[in-house]
Amino acid sequence: MKLITHNMLTSKCLKGVMTGYPLAINATDVKVKEVDFNPEFITRVIPKLDWEVLWVAANSIGHGEGLPKTLEPKFEEDEDLLKRVHKVLLEVEVEEGNLTCPESGRQFPISKGIPNMLLTEAEVQ
Amino acid sequence: MQTESKMWRRYLMWFAHEHIDFRHAEMQSIISLLNIPVRYVEKPCVRKPYCIVEMPTEDCVRKIASRSVLLKNCIELWARANTVSQLHVNLKNSLKNSTGSWVNGEKDNDGVSNTCLCPKELIESSCPLKKSFKIEVETFCKHYSMKEKVSKIETFSYLPFEGPVKLKNPDVTLAYLEFYGVDPNDVPDEPYDVFFGKWIADGQRDLIQVHSLKKRQFIGNTSMDAQLAIIMANQAQVKLGDMVLDPFVGSGSLLVAAAHFGAYVWGSDIDYMMLHARTRPTRVGQKIRTKEESIRGNMRQYGTESRYLDVVVSDFSLHNWRSDLKFDAIITDPPYGVREPTEKIGIERENYTLSEEHMANHVPSKVEYGLGHIYSDLLNFAATHLEMGRRLVCWYPLVREEYQESQLPSHPCLKLVANSEQVLSKLAARRLLTYEKILDDVPNMPVDPNAGVHNFREKYFTMGETTRRERKEKRAEEVAAYLARKLESTRYDLT
Repeated sequence: MKLITHNMLTSKCLKGVMTGYPLAINATDVKVKEVDFNPEFITRVIPKLDWEVLWVAANSIGHGEGLPKTLEPKFEEDEDLLKRVHKVLLEVEVEEGNLTCPESGRQFPISKGIPNMLLTEAEVQ
Repeated sequence: MQTESKMWRRYLMWFAHEHIDFRHAEMQSIISLLNIPVRYVEKPCVRKPYCIVEMPTEDCVRKIASRSVLLKNCIELWARANTVSQLHVNLKNSLKNSTGSWVNGEKDNDGVSNTCLCPKELIESSCPLKKSFKIEVETFCKHYSMKEKVSKIETFSYLPFEGPVKLKNPDVTLAYLEFYGVDPNDVPDEPYDVFFGKWIADGQRDLIQVHSLKKRQFIGNTSMDAQLAIIMANQAQVKLGDMVLDPFVGSGSLLVAAAHFGAYVWGSDIDYMMLHARTRPTRVGQKIRTKEESIRGNMRQYGTESRYLDVVVSDFSLHNWRSDLKFDAIITDPPYGVREPTEKIGIERENYTLSEEHMANHVPSKVEYGLGHIYSDLLNFAATHLEMGRRLVCWYPLVREEYQESQLPSHPCLKLVANSEQVLSKLAARRLLTYEKILDDVPNMPVDPNAGVHNFREKYFTMGETTRRERKEKRAEEVAAYLARKLESTRYDLT
């Protein structure tokens, strides 16, 4: 699971959970896989991100280095920053671990890089 | 006679004679995606695999050809006629047409003119001494030998080509096309239409082979055919840097097509085993899935792994996407309940509980997720999660004789912009529906009032039942009639 995906996922499917966001990451295996850099795409994605959530998530798995806590305006002119965001969003991958719902504490496993957000039949009754 | 604008050139767009109902829809999607102005000289129609258009520049043509999978090739038109001799007359007269623009002739009842003359500069610019050339002959619905084709080429010897003939990579490729209709059982001696011009670009037919499921690492039982997947990506107007989602991703064939056109792709599916590529192999003779098999692996195979975002195991009826997330396109092929089950997490039993110790490896039970609900959820989801003006492209199965456009899934925020049928059998078909988001203000929608109509599975099998029974009865009647006749004749013999 990449952090761009983490930034978009919630556990609001759970009964009684309001936003279910952001999910806490508990990673036991994190890999970095190189991916082609596309500055236009990163520039387009940044406004869609919850920046603070990305910053916390990146730091929680030890890849927050060089990522500013708040985003300056005109970020699109700073290629260095775009490259760092690119790396954090698309190259860092949580292979094994858990996502935890901030409200209920329900855990969703990540195995072989794929998060499993399925509930049990008991939870959807 | 009238003259037309000097700026625009005339092109013959030649299509593959396949998925005819998708031809115009694909072309319209591409034209509007690329924002290319097009004037139709001869409108596309189902009875002929071509249309004639005018466009401002050759670059427009190349751009369209770089996207369309139904387009075979595109030719700068120099002459057309309904007989071979008239074509030669037109070409010869064009060489004398120094008005600098097309001279239109009389139009017949269909609005087609057989005596249009192109400006001579069009031909002359391809003729200089230094330019090598070749002429290709293509005949639609009739086969000719090489020798016959060469003799056809020789009839154009009056054209002022001075450069050398070169069969491999010439500077100029000229094309001569003869159209003998679309009915292989009724081929006329003489062609209905003939065309001559300069080849400009090929469409994306080659991509069908490159993306062929036969050579793809990871496929499932209902993987989308490569050509149809590419058509879907075109219908969705997928372009470089888009964010695309397939919420019923399966083996990810739609993501392959979307990523080919530059999109970054997400997929989700309720089927854990499929996303982890641990379902039974689909190919004949293959016992176990290999380690390389995965959606990501497929994208690696086609060189688009950089645009793979993630796949998530998730139940679409209770999806997990942030409510303010907007996608550039949603393309999907939901399960129809025939070859893939329509399911969501649930249990019929009441007060079901699960103990903590069983949580870790628990496989949840599933209940029916009717097609009506799937499409209601899908359209609602698209209305909320699409960027304005962007598209949802999905398949919709139906029993052919019951089809009514008014009963297709609908939503006030989504406008149906294309609707093409692929016939699956005598009884069943599926339609590729393309919706565009036109409103941002999403009302709280009840379940689609037509939801009950969408019960494809039940209809599909009951339809099958009756015909099977009918077939049996018919056969029994035939046998009875045969026996009766036989009895009759033996009785006759005896007397």
